[in-house]
Amino acid sequence: MRILARVAGVVLLACVALAGPAMAQGTIKIAYTDPLSGPFAQVGDANLKQMQYILDYINSKGGALGKKFELVPFDNKSQPSDALIALKSATDQNMPFIMQCSGSNIAAALIEAVDKHNSRNPESRIIYVNCGAVATELTNEKCSFWHFRFDAHVAMKAEVMARALPKEVTKVYLLNQDYLFGQSVQRDVKAYLAKLRPDVQVVGDELIPLGKIKDFAPYITKIKASGAQALITGNWGPDMNLLIKAGIDAGIDLRYYTMYAHLAGGAVAIGPGGDGKVRSVMSFNENIAPEIGNKEAEAWTKAFRDKYPFDFYAAGFRTIFEYLQAATNKAGSVDPVKIALALEGLQLKDFLGYDTTMRKDDHQIIGEYFVGVFKKGVKYDSEKTGLGWGTEVTVLAKDLEQPTTCKMTRPTAN
Amino acid sequence: MEVFLVSLLNGLVYGMLLFMLASGLTLILSMMGVLNFAHASAYMLGAYFAYTISQLHRLLAGAGAGAAAVRRDRRRHRDVRACARVHRNGHIAELLFTFGLAFIIEKVVQMTWGLIPVPYRVPAGLDFPLFTIYGTHFPAYRAFMLLISALMFGAIWLRLTRTRIGLVIQAALHHPEMVGALGHNVPRVFTTVFAAGTALAGLAGVIGGNYHVTEPAMAFTMGPIVFVVVVFGGLGSLTGCFIASLLMGLIQTFAVVLDYSVADLLQWFGLTVTSATPFHEVLTVPLPRIGALLPYVLLVLILVFKPRGLMGTRDT
Repeated sequence: MRILARVAGVVLLACVALAGPAMAQGTIKIAYTDPLSGPFAQVGDANLKQMQYILDYINSKGGALGKKFELVPFDNKSQPSDALIALKSATDQNMPFIMQCSGSNIAAALIEAVDKHNSRNPESRIIYVNCGAVATELTNEKCSFWHFRFDAHVAMKAEVMARALPKEVTKVYLLNQDYLFGQSVQRDVKAYLAKLRPDVQVVGDELIPLGKIKDFAPYITKIKASGAQALITGNWGPDMNLLIKAGIDAGIDLRYYTMYAHLAGGAVAIGPGGDGKVRSVMSFNENIAPEIGNKEAEAWTKAFRDKYPFDFYAAGFRTIFEYLQAATNKAGSVDPVKIALALEGLQLKDFLGYDTTMRKDDHQIIGEYFVGVFKKGVKYDSEKTGLGWGTEVTVLAKDLEQPTTCKMTRPTAN
Repeated sequence: MEVFLVSLLNGLVYGMLLFMLASGLTLILSMMGVLNFAHASAYMLGAYFAYTISQLHRLLAGAGAGAAAVRRDRRRHRDVRACARVHRNGHIAELLFTFGLAFIIEKVVQMTWGLIPVPYRVPAGLDFPLFTIYGTHFPAYRAFMLLISALMFGAIWLRLTRTRIGLVIQAALHHPEMVGALGHNVPRVFTTVFAAGTALAGLAGVIGGNYHVTEPAMAFTMGPIVFVVVVFGGLGSLTGCFIASLLMGLIQTFAVVLDYSVADLLQWFGLTVTSATPFHEVLTVPLPRIGALLPYVLLVLILVFKPRGLMGTRDT
């Protein structure tokens, strides 16, 4: 009897010890998976540094439920299969969130996997926080209750771009990467040009293999020959940097309308030769805060700038963590179902002071968006080039609310 | 005509850059029978060292030459020692050695210079359009690249065919035992060639790093195409390597501007491809979308029909 009691005691102790890490360590873990090696590593690395900076700030403001947020990075080498391995590790450790930014093909795989996992394993559900995979489908045909997107999708960016295209531009050339996202850009830009700017003619429409091209000079020749006045591209990473560099080097008379020229490495690739030629559709740049006179936001981004050798562009990430913080506090627990329900329809002012909403219908954030131009004479230059991003157009959330076709199934109350 | 001329120039520049990279590798491969996986890493290191040196000596407009000289010395010392040791253990060991080295170098570069591209710029003295052709600038720097690579081709060729050391190298290529019996230090010849070949890749990095973007992924993106050039050109043939480089440069450039597909070709023969035709998805893919694949297609074809490569003197 005594032995039995002792065994029971040991077992009990073991149980407590096993349950301990999940309960007692007091951090809310966020798995983050993006390319941290390979050709797109610079993007993932820059994201990670900015997230860490933001999380330190959020945690200094109290985290959520008295716990701190903790970021756990997983390298996915730009491969969906590796992202799924990261998801497995995250759910094994009962993390409530998985975050992924780069690659809509990976995002599509994650949405599907998270859906399956959550329906089969109600005890270790997870929320997929999408911080930058922007193919329009993801919050339309492919939408899911467990997926929350915190960046404007391609159709929204395309609309902003079509609005920003000056009147004198009537011939445009589209060049995009040949995968889910690039094809989404191609389709949506054409659709919004047809709708908002019927006078614009698409003189070239091209898809390039993702991350394979080393020399873009031939493409520039082709674009020049087509007579295009503007190039519209959703390229990112080296595909973006090499393209613009080749164009600027060739000195052809062309305007560049991009979605990602403002990310890490972009400014160096454009260089002083690109003064006033390159525009980018963006959620933030370092000069917005001084332009609108928001001292607090300016000081906060400047502190990042003093610490790291590249620009802070991820204001959207701060919005993400503020949403997670608010939703977790509102839910009163780290139960992913409760947090997800709390996130739905949540409204916050972002740190620049603009209104944002996490739309309930499709879990798409609706926030303000900017078009920046790369030029001389701005307060904060980019990557020590002497040039930086100045804001040309500001589109407010209320003007960017596009309809959705999403019909999601919500978990039944249990 | 406009597109043709500009593309021709672009193709030449790219081809010559490939040649600078591939010439070193072809020497090493034909001599030691080892695919040096770290070859493109030397290209990357060349670019990074040149960047760092150009930062230190801002006054040196043409830092390229100086940087290459420094690099050559540094690498020679290290490689010669390491390779001589590994070489004894046979080719597979050497292959794996360079394979691992490539990864280590990439990581070291990431840790030293960071993941984002470094602002390695074309020196101010060469940063102007040399001439304008149909409204497209031809930067002086590209002409400089053409010049350097042409000079390099000339120098290697003269060295190999007109000097004593060249003769020894050529002899060691075919009959190493005989050359050894004649009293030449064959392992030493091998390691010298290895160091020289790697230095050539470094030089390619010095002038290619600011033409493209200097970043940790540059070795990864350049590596495969260089192997294609070497195998396509044929082992032991510098001329073959030269022709293959130019060919690959031109093919990749022209594939982009020629908007045709197999369907268009068939149309020419009176066959119309519709959505009902079998494989119509494949047949209607335009050339630019598969342009980056063409060198590899050529590689497969040449290995099937002419396994020795274009002008190769030995089996792969």
